[in-house]
Amino acid sequence: MTRYVLKRVFYALLTVFFLTMLTFAMMQLLPGDPFIGNKAISPVTMQALYQKYGLDKPPVEQFFIYVGNIMKGDLGLSIKYNRPVTRIIGEGFPYSAELGIRSLILSVTFGIILGIVAAIKRNTAWDTGAMVLAVIGVSVPSFIVGALLQYFIALKLKGVFGLPIQGWTTEASKILPAIALSLSSMATIARLMRTSMLDVLGQDYIKTAKAKGLGQAAIVWRHAVRNAIMPVITVLGPIVASVLTGTFVVENIFNIPGMGKFFVLAIKELDYTLIAGTTVFYGAFLVVATLVVDILYGLIDPRIKLGSPKE
Amino acid sequence: MSRKNVAAPFAQEVLLAPDAPLEGADFTWEGPDSGKSDEIARPSISYWKDAMRRLFANKTAVVCMVILVVILAMAIIVPMVSPYTISEQHLRHTNKGMMYRAEDGHVHIFGTDDMGRDLFTRIWDGARTSLFIAFTAVFVNLIVGVIYGSLSGYIGGQLDNIMMRFVEIVGGIPYLIIVILMKMMMSGDKEGIMSLVIAYASVGWLGMARLVRGQIMSLKEQEFVVAAKALGAGTGRIIARHLLPNLLSVVIINITLAIPSAIFTEAFLSFIGMGVQIPYASWGTLAQEGVRVFMFYPLALFLPAFFISITMLAFNLLGDGLRDAFDPRLRR
Repeated sequence: MTRYVLKRVFYALLTVFFLTMLTFAMMQLLPGDPFIGNKAISPVTMQALYQKYGLDKPPVEQFFIYVGNIMKGDLGLSIKYNRPVTRIIGEGFPYSAELGIRSLILSVTFGIILGIVAAIKRNTAWDTGAMVLAVIGVSVPSFIVGALLQYFIALKLKGVFGLPIQGWTTEASKILPAIALSLSSMATIARLMRTSMLDVLGQDYIKTAKAKGLGQAAIVWRHAVRNAIMPVITVLGPIVASVLTGTFVVENIFNIPGMGKFFVLAIKELDYTLIAGTTVFYGAFLVVATLVVDILYGLIDPRIKLGSPKE
Repeated sequence: MSRKNVAAPFAQEVLLAPDAPLEGADFTWEGPDSGKSDEIARPSISYWKDAMRRLFANKTAVVCMVILVVILAMAIIVPMVSPYTISEQHLRHTNKGMMYRAEDGHVHIFGTDDMGRDLFTRIWDGARTSLFIAFTAVFVNLIVGVIYGSLSGYIGGQLDNIMMRFVEIVGGIPYLIIVILMKMMMSGDKEGIMSLVIAYASVGWLGMARLVRGQIMSLKEQEFVVAAKALGAGTGRIIARHLLPNLLSVVIINITLAIPSAIFTEAFLSFIGMGVQIPYASWGTLAQEGVRVFMFYPLALFLPAFFISITMLAFNLLGDGLRDAFDPRLRR
């Protein structure tokens, strides 16, 4: 177990390092120059600017300085905003995290419930309905869901629901973005949960439980769901990733001042340091999230042997 | 076959001696026994025929195939025959609704956008771009993934270890971040089409490589591979002739499910402003333009949104149908 965890941590570190290298290399290869486009800058000023941002040193040296600074928790200065990248992330991240957590809770809860209902009421209208919803959820991108929700719920049915079109201030304004972001992961979870439930319901111990005379509710909750929920935990890592990248567009549509909005802005404005900083931050965050999920999975499910690779 | 001139009794049969001269002319062709061949009541059904029969019995899958064929046909035909081009502006009738007929005789089936451009032409031209990007990217994934995965799985050992560690590390980074970085690096590409293909293909092959490797690992232990080896077949021949045909079904399912993901990625990137550039249009850029104006002119968003969703839906359902058809045991 310890060996497995250590190995996974090592790979996680390697992945983050690789990502940092990739990001850095791409920043070097990017066409354009952050200082061009402003007014005419004299060569002396240009020199000074390059020195200030450390762009006059050879790339390899720049890379090691960059890695060293990351270790110290310094992601550099944003070129457009002239503020530390870490501070911009620090301001935006709480919004993104709140949005992400809200949609994760939504998608996990409703995804699991939908999956259970579909499996228990197999081949009925319930099952078909839940699965149609799931396929639609997988097939409609979150930015479309977001825009449609804005149009129909917030604009057309304003009198019914009274939800604001955008912003992230009141409790009511947080409902639509969370729904828009959660739909696709909810659908993934529902499909997986249904398959897993059907698998478990066919097992012998369910028959035993039935033979003992246990009621439907007890069988489903005490025996089936607990076992069926395992595969759902394995996809939580990728789901966290998709929710987080989904925040890029959802935050833009609903005008939420989170990290995703800054990331997209940075791309449009070619703010190198901000792009690199947010990318490394996102990447590291997701690698750690996946790592935690995988280790948790090993702890929860004793059937998984962690010491040996499953090949 | 039988010998023509067998006259002598068996014991004196000289022609059967090991060094007896044999010539083709000594033999006649009698053909199959027509009476016996009629005994096979039904033609034998191959695995493929069986799978296709199951697929065509699946109504959802058939409907999806029809939808996809129609979309594909429209994407090819409409831009060729349309009287408008994608960037032609009619400033006198902007933001018009479906089936709009202008006083100057112009007919706009899907209406016009805020610059008076014909949405019907734009949607189907966008379909061309979006589908071209998706198909090309998935094709690249297929080639790279199959070669990488089969080499890694078949050769195994240290090479497999190194190759799979690489896949693991690249796969550890969220794919949209890599795609965005790749796309930014290639921002010199003026049209933005090929850079989208390369950006998606740069990570899309990982899944295919993993899948192919797993399949090859389990297939290579089977008897027919041992037989091929015993008959002297080389690595390339075994992979190409004996292993790959056996994983064709999994690969086809994977392709069908990878296309909607490529369409999504294109739309996503276009949406955050990294998509194809003007004058080209794709479903993603159309949706992005639609979001800008949909509060007062919702049609501009609904149309691309509808076509993106229906295409992804059709591919996803067709993928499910193919999975059921190829592997009925998995059917639930």
